[in-house]
Amino acid sequence: MPGKEKSQVAANLGIQRLLVLILLIIMKKKYMNPYLAGTMLGLVLLMAMFISGRGLGASGGIKYCVVSVVGALDRSHADNSVYYSKYFQEGKKPLTNWLTVEIFGVLAGGFISGALSKRLRFRIEKSPSISNTRRLIFAFLGGVFFVYGAQLARGCTSGAALSGMAVLSVAGFVTMIAIFGSAYIFAWFFRKNWI
Amino acid sequence: MGPISSLVIMPEWLDLLIAFMIGTGFGFALEQAGFSSSRKLAGMFYGYDTTVIKVFFTAAIVALAGSQLLSYLGLINLNQVFVNEYYVTSAIAGGIIMGAGFIMGGFCPGTGISAMSIGKIDAMVYIAGGLTGAFLFAETYPLIRNIAEANYKGPVKVNEVFGISPGLFTLILIAAAAVMFWLAEAAEKRFARPDITNEL
Repeated sequence: MPGKEKSQVAANLGIQRLLVLILLIIMKKKYMNPYLAGTMLGLVLLMAMFISGRGLGASGGIKYCVVSVVGALDRSHADNSVYYSKYFQEGKKPLTNWLTVEIFGVLAGGFISGALSKRLRFRIEKSPSISNTRRLIFAFLGGVFFVYGAQLARGCTSGAALSGMAVLSVAGFVTMIAIFGSAYIFAWFFRKNWI
Repeated sequence: MGPISSLVIMPEWLDLLIAFMIGTGFGFALEQAGFSSSRKLAGMFYGYDTTVIKVFFTAAIVALAGSQLLSYLGLINLNQVFVNEYYVTSAIAGGIIMGAGFIMGGFCPGTGISAMSIGKIDAMVYIAGGLTGAFLFAETYPLIRNIAEANYKGPVKVNEVFGISPGLFTLILIAAAAVMFWLAEAAEKRFARPDITNEL
């Protein structure tokens, strides 16, 4: 069937051209078009839903890292705590949890993207009007607040807001509005750090 | 009918390999979007760069409309997909604390990890703060347990609250997103800060 083979070759060529085009878009130093990047992110989330029946997450993996360190350093403290003990029941290991492995994937994926787009560089990103120390102090505090809040709300921007909205959960929409609303209000107080 | 995890019992290594692959796609998309830059992310709250809302809502709509379509075609059983539990008090209180952390640190946990992977030192410090935050939460949990578990409503869906079909709600959300994208593009012109955006 030469006709069929021909169309196969044409299809393969088409796929190759598409892959080259995608690579060219990525290799540019500038960031990807936001709507295109959003579509890519949405498809990754859809895959997580279709394959594993769950959404994406980030703060959960951070929690499991902490839980496993606490468990390794002071097992009796972990076993006696209402909070930690549930993560060690029935021989469970927090480090081989889905969410923990997923955030190591996030590290790998970010690194690959940064390498392709030539953005790998050690640096502190900040407004020129503030010092490095000030930037790092606020970065640390921001991390403390964000992950503390994420544990309370049972998910962060990815696990609660984005993944929650994709499954139409009220919790997702409420958390999303609370995060963005609060950031807009606090933005006025912290404006000197950014603009 | 998907999700695949409900059809076959996957060995642990395969389940974790999938987790790693999905995480890789997640981190890749975040970095390509420019979410590895705190000043780009913070732009959302001062109007000079609204990439956050564009990427966030596009992603939510693609996943939402995509899963609705797969469900309509009989390819996925959405009852087998995890739906976040709604604890009214902690969703709101946690969200407010997260918003404060967002504007102080310039990242959320996912974007922080992605920024850390390309060498942003501020993101590494942010994640160190995040680990500290998770530790503080675990240690203070007995004190705030009542707040964390207050007003539990179950895994409520937003279309059920409004008494409409998931498809109709998806359409309404798409229309709302279109309006927000238009406003976002307008804001970028109104609050343009070429001195900042040229550096990003």
